[in-house]
Amino acid sequence: MTETKPISVPQGRQAWEAALEGGKLRDSEFTSLSGSTLEVVYGPEDACGDPAEDLGWPGQFPFTRGVHPSMYRGRLWTMRQFAGFGTARETNERFKFLLDHGQTGLSVAFDFPTLMGRDGDDEMCRGEVGQVGVAISSIADMEQLFEGIPMDEVSTSMTINGPAPVLLAFYIACAERRGLDPAVLRGTVQNDILKEYQAQHAWLVPPEPALRMITDVMEYCAEHVPKWNTISISGYHIREAGSTAAQELAFTLANGLEYVRRGIERGMDVDSFAPRLSFFFDSHLDFFEEIAKFRAARRIWARKLREEFGAKDPRSWMLRFHTQTAGVSLTAQQPENNIVRTAYEALAAVLGGTQSLHTNSMDETLSLPTEKAVKIALRTQQIIAEETEVVHVADPLGGSYYVEALTDKMEREAEAYFDEIERRGGVVPSIDSGYFQKEIHDSALSYQRAVESGRKKVVGVNCYSEGEESLEIELHRIRPEVEAEALKGLASLRADRNAPRATAALDEIRTACNSTANLLEAFITAAHADCTLGEISQVLRDEFGDYIEPKIL
Amino acid sequence: MISWAENGHARFPETLEAIWSQVGRACRMGITGPPGAGKSTLVNELARMIREEESTVGILAVDPSSPLSGGALLGDRIRMEDRTADSGVFIRSMASRGSHGGMARAAVDAMDVMDAFGMHDVLVETVGVGQAEYDVVAAADTVLVVLCPGAGDGVQAMKSGLLELADVIAINKCDLPGADRLTSDMQEAVHLRTAGRDKWASPVVQCSAGKREGVEDVLVAVKSHRDHLSDTLPDHRRQKRIQQVRQVVGERLDESLWMKGNFGDQVEAMLCSGITPYAAARRVTQNLLKSAQENQSSEFQA
Amino acid sequence: MSERRIRVLVAKPGLDGHDRGAKTVASVLRDHGMEVIYTGLHKTPAMIAEIALQEDVDVVGLSILSGAHMELFPRVRQELVDRGLDNVLMVGGGIIPGDDMQVLEKDGFAKLFGPGTNTDSIAEYIQTEISKRWAAEEAQA
Repeated sequence: MTETKPISVPQGRQAWEAALEGGKLRDSEFTSLSGSTLEVVYGPEDACGDPAEDLGWPGQFPFTRGVHPSMYRGRLWTMRQFAGFGTARETNERFKFLLDHGQTGLSVAFDFPTLMGRDGDDEMCRGEVGQVGVAISSIADMEQLFEGIPMDEVSTSMTINGPAPVLLAFYIACAERRGLDPAVLRGTVQNDILKEYQAQHAWLVPPEPALRMITDVMEYCAEHVPKWNTISISGYHIREAGSTAAQELAFTLANGLEYVRRGIERGMDVDSFAPRLSFFFDSHLDFFEEIAKFRAARRIWARKLREEFGAKDPRSWMLRFHTQTAGVSLTAQQPENNIVRTAYEALAAVLGGTQSLHTNSMDETLSLPTEKAVKIALRTQQIIAEETEVVHVADPLGGSYYVEALTDKMEREAEAYFDEIERRGGVVPSIDSGYFQKEIHDSALSYQRAVESGRKKVVGVNCYSEGEESLEIELHRIRPEVEAEALKGLASLRADRNAPRATAALDEIRTACNSTANLLEAFITAAHADCTLGEISQVLRDEFGDYIEPKIL
Repeated sequence: MISWAENGHARFPETLEAIWSQVGRACRMGITGPPGAGKSTLVNELARMIREEESTVGILAVDPSSPLSGGALLGDRIRMEDRTADSGVFIRSMASRGSHGGMARAAVDAMDVMDAFGMHDVLVETVGVGQAEYDVVAAADTVLVVLCPGAGDGVQAMKSGLLELADVIAINKCDLPGADRLTSDMQEAVHLRTAGRDKWASPVVQCSAGKREGVEDVLVAVKSHRDHLSDTLPDHRRQKRIQQVRQVVGERLDESLWMKGNFGDQVEAMLCSGITPYAAARRVTQNLLKSAQENQSSEFQA
Repeated sequence: MSERRIRVLVAKPGLDGHDRGAKTVASVLRDHGMEVIYTGLHKTPAMIAEIALQEDVDVVGLSILSGAHMELFPRVRQELVDRGLDNVLMVGGGIIPGDDMQVLEKDGFAKLFGPGTNTDSIAEYIQTEISKRWAAEEAQA
């Protein structure tokens, strides 16, 4: 018997390269969803990071492998389905339905009038009241929304930005009316205005006064509502507007760092507010790219907070995030396929170590989701948690040559964007000049072209399509009476309230705008005085001016 | 009517005839500057101020066409959004359509139309990138050049050409670092050009259109230029009309000779005989002039 | 003599800020040689019609993802008609259920495009429709 000598790594590589040569390939180019070129295989030389410095252990700096030592063995992620439509009463019923089916947190979707800081009876809002979310114009609506739901037990996430401080004021005032101490409230308000100018476009006033209000929220909550996440720094909308994964990562973190800078400039100790900043990312279809994005995000944030801003509390270093599966990846064609897409995306979020997750419903490109579709989406998460057994091991892909190489690449690309933003004078000047908007538009357009030329495939759209299909999905429609009911509610609120008290509260806001007073405090007073969202927003627009988007096309 | 002008539609000249007596009342302002200088925002603010004086405003926003497809994205209106709801403001976007002279002509026509329809002020805005765009603003009574600090090296390159056109120079975004330096540089440049000569010394005015600061000063400077022109304005405008006629003559000649006539064939024959392009051109010009003299009824006579 | 080019107004009625589709379509139409005026966000029906009038466009394309299409689309249409612009080609796109598309297409909208539509096919549709109209105009003249 002859002894076989082990083959060395370089020898093996040479043999592999030789074998690869001349082999027939399906395509001339293989790229990630974001368009970057991929290798056939990754090896140790591609993932050159230092295991101790760049990876560490779960729950340990730089948190590449997760923010908890035991990850999902300790606690599963929060299954949080975003919901809201029609009137406060209808959404209240949907909330109770979701809580009954095992959901563990609430997430409020608002309608466009509310997102833009307008009351339902505003002329600009015809036809939009209660359409894509719930209409909340006053503390009375907020009370109805949480009727019968224990505000001291649930954690509530509110997806709102321009008028976020006002809605938070409604929520706090609502709890106060029930006799609760705001210190018990748990939840998140998105309150991330920078990405609104960049991608989502629901703003109230220009960037500088908007940032002042956000800093007011951070300051007020640090003292009075300490369990509240004051900003959910969101890449989701940047991605949905068409950015690449690296752009989503870089722009979101750049925004986050800007909020930290503002807090420090206000004179706050970084550790007094940084632990209450959380993040919100998209989980798209490119499985490994997404997992690498989540891992890189944690590592970059930890390093920046500790090294650049001198944070000492490990909770300031930890990037905790909510994830939503990619709405843009859903297709109107063969909508049942969306269940499968969402499942892969949800799995990527879990393997990437998310703290909470929303899975989209299959019918969302057609209308608001039906109850059945929402239930399947929730069950998708439950199947991952209960059946796949992936939850027992922290960062299961850590050490994969491919995932580590991608994680490093994400970090490098983000750093390059940080430098570019710096060169352009920072985040706000880059918004004013339309830099982010243009970058996102360019990526969206190049993806669209890739799909239309067939370089990127979408099942049911540019391959395996079935021609003109008739939809067999039942659609969820908003009752036509919703708008009239909302208008009636507003009219009676205005008639019944103590008018001089409301006027005085609005005047107080006006004064606060022009001083260094904390605006959130003034909003809470106004909420108790039954002032409406539209009235408060009008004062802000009067004092701070309107925002007009830059031209980027 | 503006579309007819843009498309070179045959009905434009006859329609202009009908409204010609109404043309010439409006004050015309050309606004140019490098991309990103904040022209649209400034135009929006100027329009607001003019409206506060109860005047009506016509705005013509010229953007370049894509050299590849010939299409264009015209987005200047976005920055003028709060003027859209105002019935005293008429905004029209125009694409440069690549044909240099053609755009300048169409822009002047559009200004004439706005003027005839009673706009007290007509503002034409264009990115200061090339000769064609310069021609557009040069047709105005007053040319306002907008610059901003930190707009990059392009500014340096354009400064010389732009400055010669400028009757007023606005330094926008004056709260950015470098604004004072740019202002004094511009003042210096104007001084060098005009010192000791009986020439209009273009004022250099700082403003921040986005913050609504200093826009009044820009308008005051424009008005002072207008006052300075007052006596010479008819002559000033006539000179520009001569240019316009000259251009239209050129276009007409070109069209009737090359597009309608069999000129191409004649020239081809000449070239086949082995003569140089210059010799061919000389022969063509001589023939044309001769036949123009002989034939009084020729359409070449304006 | 310039050649006539198709002028399109791409407009965002209402409060929704999702402009990815509108901007993508605007860019694609530009690449097909059209002159595209983009309104920017948050426009009322009256503003859109006024812009269409001032810009003398051949086509008005509306993009909406807020669910308010049944309210806003007919109102834009009415404002255009009020200004004598009833012959402008009206198209639209966004999250619009099939039943609603049918109603709108009966009500003055030439065509509505749903999610996943190939953008080149939108450009081709507009080109075909407008050349038919221009040919008819010329025949009349």
